[in-house]
Amino acid sequence: MILAGCDGDRSWRLQDYLARGGYAALKKIVAEKIPQETIIAELKTSVLRGRGGAGFPTGLKWSFMPRSFPGDKYLACNSDEGEPGTFKDRDILRYNPHSVIEGMAIAAYAMGAARGYNYIHGEIFEIYQRFEEALEEARAAQLIGQNILGSDFSFELFAHHGYGAYICGEETALLESIEGKKGQPRFKPPFPASYGLYGKPTTINNTETFASVPFIMNMGGEGFLNLGKPNNGGMKLFSVSGHVNRPGNYEVPMGTPFAELLEMAGGMRGGRKLKAVIPGGSSAPVVPAGIMMDCTMDYDSISKAGSMLGSGAVIVMDETTCMVKALERLSYFYFEESCGQCTPCREGTGWLYRVVHRIEHGLGRPDDLDLLNSVTANIMGRTICALGDAASMPVQSFVKHFGDEFMYHIENKKCLVPPEVQYAGSQIYVSPSC
Amino acid sequence: MLSQESLQQIDREVAKYPPEQKQSAVMAALRIAQVEKGWLANETIEFVANYLGMPPIAAYEVASFYNMYDLQPVGRHKITVCTNLPCALSGGVHAAEYLKEKLGIDFNETTPDGLFTLKEGECMGACGDAPVLLHNNHRMCSWMTKERIDQLLAELGGK
Ligand SMILES: Cc1cc2nc3c(=O)[nH]c(=O)nc-3n(C[C@H](O)[C@H](O)[C@H](O)COP(=O)(O)O)c2cc1C
Ligand code: SF4
Ligand code: FES
Repeated sequence: MILAGCDGDRSWRLQDYLARGGYAALKKIVAEKIPQETIIAELKTSVLRGRGGAGFPTGLKWSFMPRSFPGDKYLACNSDEGEPGTFKDRDILRYNPHSVIEGMAIAAYAMGAARGYNYIHGEIFEIYQRFEEALEEARAAQLIGQNILGSDFSFELFAHHGYGAYICGEETALLESIEGKKGQPRFKPPFPASYGLYGKPTTINNTETFASVPFIMNMGGEGFLNLGKPNNGGMKLFSVSGHVNRPGNYEVPMGTPFAELLEMAGGMRGGRKLKAVIPGGSSAPVVPAGIMMDCTMDYDSISKAGSMLGSGAVIVMDETTCMVKALERLSYFYFEESCGQCTPCREGTGWLYRVVHRIEHGLGRPDDLDLLNSVTANIMGRTICALGDAASMPVQSFVKHFGDEFMYHIENKKCLVPPEVQYAGSQIYVSPSC
Repeated sequence: MLSQESLQQIDREVAKYPPEQKQSAVMAALRIAQVEKGWLANETIEFVANYLGMPPIAAYEVASFYNMYDLQPVGRHKITVCTNLPCALSGGVHAAEYLKEKLGIDFNETTPDGLFTLKEGECMGACGDAPVLLHNNHRMCSWMTKERIDQLLAELGGK
């Protein structure tokens, strides 16, 4: 859908997008003066759920915006993709930026927002430059800016470039960052729909969420829903990384069996055995191979397996992976990226990392697994933003499913997976098609 | 303090935000200043703050919060390698080890000739392209096999 027909290096251009039927939805809405409520109702029918991680229903989110509010209202697009394993928004912006622009313009129309910002992850500067060019194309064609397509609807859209802080993916940290401050999350409530950017009502959605909107308008909410399965509407981009033959983005209907997705990604590298999968970005609980092979890729099935679909980042690990080492790297990441505002998160993430680190390095103590569980219990639900939970869920799930491997480390002061096997399994690998 | 060209670029950024919200352009202004100066000295940060009419301490807080600003001098070419888990499964750590060996430096060090600084990075949102690295914050290099690392270093004037 979003990435269909986008394989050339010109697919990001306005002309190409128009040729693919782009901006038809926006044109129709503006020409026929379709009521705001109709657009929001269509989204509700589609059961589009936020693609940024939390899976919140988009139509419902849009309906929270005070549509009759007289002052400024804002939109923000969250392209601060930094959740380890996730690389879909970069490809959407690289190959189909106009779908995001059109989706945002439709959102602005539906919520009466006059201004929007696309917050783009720091490390993808080239993509940010391309997005700015795409904005220029759209502005020149009167698709954004003042009096869009000659109507009385106006919407100004700009790109804001991040500069290296995972926490700015959290929606209120993102708003702080646009305001030119440190990206520290705000207390909620008040929620952004009432107090957002510059204190004005604001709606924040993920890149893929906005990019899906024009397609939903064109095919109808019902049509989109039926692409997936009930309660899990539409198509979804999955970023498959790790021990597969063809890492990359795969756009498939919600409800596609995991086994099929794995097949699309070329299957397991070197024919090795699947050990575990993190199905929704590094913050999602890890799922052992046996359970994962029975899952379908949708919110309900993954949640039944005890994890989250999250951002759709599927990290595949084979039998050469040491689970303690894998968790050590993730715990280091959360410790590094905690913004330090809340004590349980600031201190707790450091503690988690140090304990996992000492287990990995043969200095673990017999009661360390209980300690890890109690530290996570003291973080979860006691912090301003969800980073605290995001740091805790991997720890809890790795310990739960691979406790034996952790105990082996503690008792034998070495890895269950021999170092030379790990070494061979983590060699530089580039798929021949790249 | 900053070139005319940098100031023009900053003005373009300021224009993206409501007139009373010039501070919103501070991240971009610091980036532009860093590209011109190579790194952000206190005077540079202060200049940017004054230019945007915000307290220097607020600009300093921003510069120290975000990882891609360099508050210390770095080599002419800063290379940041992602070693986070998804990349590590496809050789991110091996690529970093190879760079350390070729450059003869560890993370957060600069070669004696001042040409290269090596940094360890977090997920760049490009895990499908592993191993990935960033050159001077703005150019992403994908699928960095040893051969490609050799080519890159040669292109940048290394051995
Ligand atoms: C620590 C943290 C990091 C996040 N990173 C991202 C991100 O990179 N991209 C994103 O879209 N949402 C991210 N989110 C979720 C956002 O806060 C927010 O829920 C989302 O952007 C809303 O858009 P959606 O409803 O379209 O998914 C993050 C949340 C947390 C707590
Ligand atoms: S939970 Fe962590 S990252 Fe989130 S606000 Fe608190 S300290 Fe910052
Ligand atoms: S983990 Fe390296 S780019 Fe994502």
